[in-house]
Amino acid sequence: MTRSRGKAGHLSGYAFAGPFLLLYATILVYPLLLGIWLSFQRADLFGARTWVGFDNYARLLTDPTFHQSVLNTFVLALLIVPPLTVIALLLALALNRATRTAAVFRGIFFSSSVLSVTIVTLIWRFILTPDAGLVAEISQVLGREPLPFLSHPDLTIPSLAITTIWWSLGFPIMLFLAGLQQVPPDIYEAAALDRSSRWSTFWRITLPSLRRTLVLVIMLQTAAQLQLFGQAQLLTAGGPSGASRTMVLFIYEVVFGRWDLGYGAAAAEILFLLVLGITLAQYWAITRREAER
Amino acid sequence: MLSLELDRIRKAYGDTLVLDDVSLGMDAREFIAFLGPSGSGKSTLLRIIAGLETADSGEVRLDGQRIDHLHPGDRNVAMVFQHYALYPHMTVRENMAFGLRNARVPKGEIDERIAQAAKVLEIEDQLDKKPGQMSGGQRQRVAIGRAIVKQPRLFLLDEPLSNLDAALRTRTRVELAQLRQRVDAGVIMVTHDQAEAMTLADRIVIMNDRRIQQIGAPMEIYTRPANAFVAGFVGSPAMTLVKAALEPGEGPFARVRLGDGAQVETRVSRAGLPVDGPLRLGLRPESVRPAAAGTGTTEAEVLLVERLGDRTLVYARLANGEEVTAQDEGNSRIRMGDRIGLAVDGKAAHLFDADGTGHHAEAAA
Ligand SMILES: Nc1ncnc2c1ncn2[C@@H]1O[C@H](COP(=O)(O)OP(=O)(O)O)[C@@H](O)[C@H]1O
Ligand SMILES: [Mg+2]
Repeated sequence: MTRSRGKAGHLSGYAFAGPFLLLYATILVYPLLLGIWLSFQRADLFGARTWVGFDNYARLLTDPTFHQSVLNTFVLALLIVPPLTVIALLLALALNRATRTAAVFRGIFFSSSVLSVTIVTLIWRFILTPDAGLVAEISQVLGREPLPFLSHPDLTIPSLAITTIWWSLGFPIMLFLAGLQQVPPDIYEAAALDRSSRWSTFWRITLPSLRRTLVLVIMLQTAAQLQLFGQAQLLTAGGPSGASRTMVLFIYEVVFGRWDLGYGAAAAEILFLLVLGITLAQYWAITRREAER
Repeated sequence: MLSLELDRIRKAYGDTLVLDDVSLGMDAREFIAFLGPSGSGKSTLLRIIAGLETADSGEVRLDGQRIDHLHPGDRNVAMVFQHYALYPHMTVRENMAFGLRNARVPKGEIDERIAQAAKVLEIEDQLDKKPGQMSGGQRQRVAIGRAIVKQPRLFLLDEPLSNLDAALRTRTRVELAQLRQRVDAGVIMVTHDQAEAMTLADRIVIMNDRRIQQIGAPMEIYTRPANAFVAGFVGSPAMTLVKAALEPGEGPFARVRLGDGAQVETRVSRAGLPVDGPLRLGLRPESVRPAAAGTGTTEAEVLLVERLGDRTLVYARLANGEEVTAQDEGNSRIRMGDRIGLAVDGKAAHLFDADGTGHHAEAAA
């Protein structure tokens, strides 16, 4: 746009951006600020509010239930994001061809991500339940005791991770497939003429070409899995005795179970800062390496 | 000595036949251009030689050895791709070293070959750049460099100049000509630009309609086109082709009558021509001269005048509606709409019979 349009031009610019800004303010900025404000209050769901300063944060620092939920959340993210990324990449490599079979499998792998969390947990309950689940049946046929996947403190977190990986595969696969489509086919031909083995073609050509996609997948998945909630609530209810309680589940229980709005808001702010900090750190680590190159 | 041999190569994509029994023999240090319109199968043939496509049948031999079953990397050929196909994440040096490393060439020799190629191509100060930081012309040089360091028996270039602007293209053409003197290998270049083919190649392979139409030295193709397609495709502006009929007579050379009744005495031997059946008379613009009305071989009306400075092209229409291109001096006075005579130089005329086969003037005795 030229400068000579002057004020009228600016105004019409704001008019175009206006609806979005309004929506952005009401559903993102306002709740964010409200949350921060609430975290400094003693507040319940009925509107009683008292200013308590950093009390809520101080309580969180000494609350072992909260500590456990933070630890669980990080362990889950670590158990989910790396394998999810690697599996999605391998599947995308396998499915990146123009055959009918590949198209069918692309559909199948993507279909799991369309399901709601309720259905996903139902499916995995069928698979994992010790008395009648699929895994239990199979172990019995093999003559072994079925494992209590959903009730043993050492098994609930891995079970949640597996369920989540299965559920979340579709989107990263699509991102990787899109990234693979961007690689010009003639550089693979050049590599063939350069006697490049499959292995070195992958490491020297495909993977560097997917760098940005890889970064995107890792950052998106980390941010998403740090907020894991539905599976934990529905599959294990955070149990046994908090062994699989995630941060969001903790917040949910505090707010809607104990009606302690301010305390929950404070926990939510800490989660927000953690997600923000980790994402920024990842971004920094990656862009710094890019500048070095 | 024969280096590359193609023996009855046939290739179809689905139901479409792209190459039909293509055969070709090439000398060890020859520069061959595949010239033809877009879609004529030039790239496909080049890719079959490189091993990036497999022929449905036929054999490819290099220095007497069959290579059509070999992996592309084992064929001792190097290719320069139309869009360069440089590895975007590697520096220029790494791009050139990649193939050599894979072939387990010793480190010292890799460095030496890269230094040498970089010097020849004047990209010594670019070696640590990434392709994304370079101009099209520089990338082109890197692509050529990557091929040179491999010291292959055969270079395959697919439209190497088509992505360069006009000035750079002419310069690179000269450099390619110099380069081929330095390398001890054959070169096949695909192009749809006849000027490129004419200036660079020892022999041109004209391709069209799934087949090789003619193989020959540039001037041979220009002066003795094997058929009507080659005659029309090579030369700019194109050779004029007008209907003609053989006049009965006794002399050794054919005398033909044009559609407007005018007669042309050619130097094409009567013996080789079909006794009857339609012919076409082929006339290069330089063998048709404008003349004062009533003095030439025939009469025509001027449709368009193209002044090129050193010469003038005159597009004219005969009485029966056929169009003929003539060439005049640079300072020609002819204007659109003029009625002029055309003086046809029968000694330089070509005849094409019903199936398109060319018949040419006997070489001057
Ligand atoms: N991978 C392919 N699949 C189907 N048809 C193809 C493929 N590659 C080329 N063709 C067809 O083969 C013909 C020859 O193509 P090509 O060799 O690229 O021609 P040129 O290089 O002479 O322009 C064209 O008609 C093209 O459409
Ligand atoms: Mg082509």
